[in-house]
Amino acid sequence: MTTQTQATSVTTQTDVHAPIEHAFRVFTEGIGSWWNPDHHILQADLAEMVFEPRVGGHIIDRGTDGSECRWSRVLAYDPPNRVCFSWDISLSWQLETDPAKTSEVEVTFISIGPDRTHVTLTHRHLDRHGDGWQNMREAVGSGWNLVHYAEIAAQP
Amino acid sequence: MTNHGAVLTALADPTRRAIFERVARSPSAVGELARELPVSRPAVSQHLKILKAAGLVTDHSAGARRVYSADPAGIAVIRDYFEQVWQQSLARFSAAAEAAAEAAASQPIQEEP
Repeated sequence: MTTQTQATSVTTQTDVHAPIEHAFRVFTEGIGSWWNPDHHILQADLAEMVFEPRVGGHIIDRGTDGSECRWSRVLAYDPPNRVCFSWDISLSWQLETDPAKTSEVEVTFISIGPDRTHVTLTHRHLDRHGDGWQNMREAVGSGWNLVHYAEIAAQP
Repeated sequence: MTNHGAVLTALADPTRRAIFERVARSPSAVGELARELPVSRPAVSQHLKILKAAGLVTDHSAGARRVYSADPAGIAVIRDYFEQVWQQSLARFSAAAEAAAEAAASQPIQEEP
């Protein structure tokens, strides 16, 4: 897995030992099987995630208390090659309703063998989140589960 | 411009973090920071140099003083944050996709309606 950074975007890539259709389906409709359950902005715990597989659909987090958060709009849905969705969460961890202030995640899938898929994820237009980055700085220290990340990263 | 992980490395040091948080609250010169924090003036300068290289602080002259403040763009912080989030997430995704692919290969699973 490699990562490159540009001024206002982040790109991460990985090779998955799975066929392209399968990789695409797990990433999209199976998002709840891999998304870090600590990464949500609900008040309650995360009960399930729904990825509506169509342009104009949403990624929806549902809480254990029945609450719902539609934090992403599906901007492109081109199975099994490409999916693009918005990041409608402000840097102060609120739902961002102004599309001009949201960033965008594009994921491409390239088959490199019958059971191997190259996945490239780019999160771009990060600058659209504008100011409020102080909150993000605090998040880097104490917010979404970077402790968990560090534990995983530390494993051999 | 930052290099990979420079922001988190810069903020990993508690003294540097304190300096950064102090200039983020209010722009300050080296002397003021050295007076308020239990750090010598040369050490403050050194920490500021590292914070500046990481894109976390910026400086400008105000008369005879050089004033340091948090970089208003701060995009490096956001980038480093998402870089870590997505690295972690893609690792989780790979593991989930591979586990499910293995299960599907060994035993056909019923498609959900």
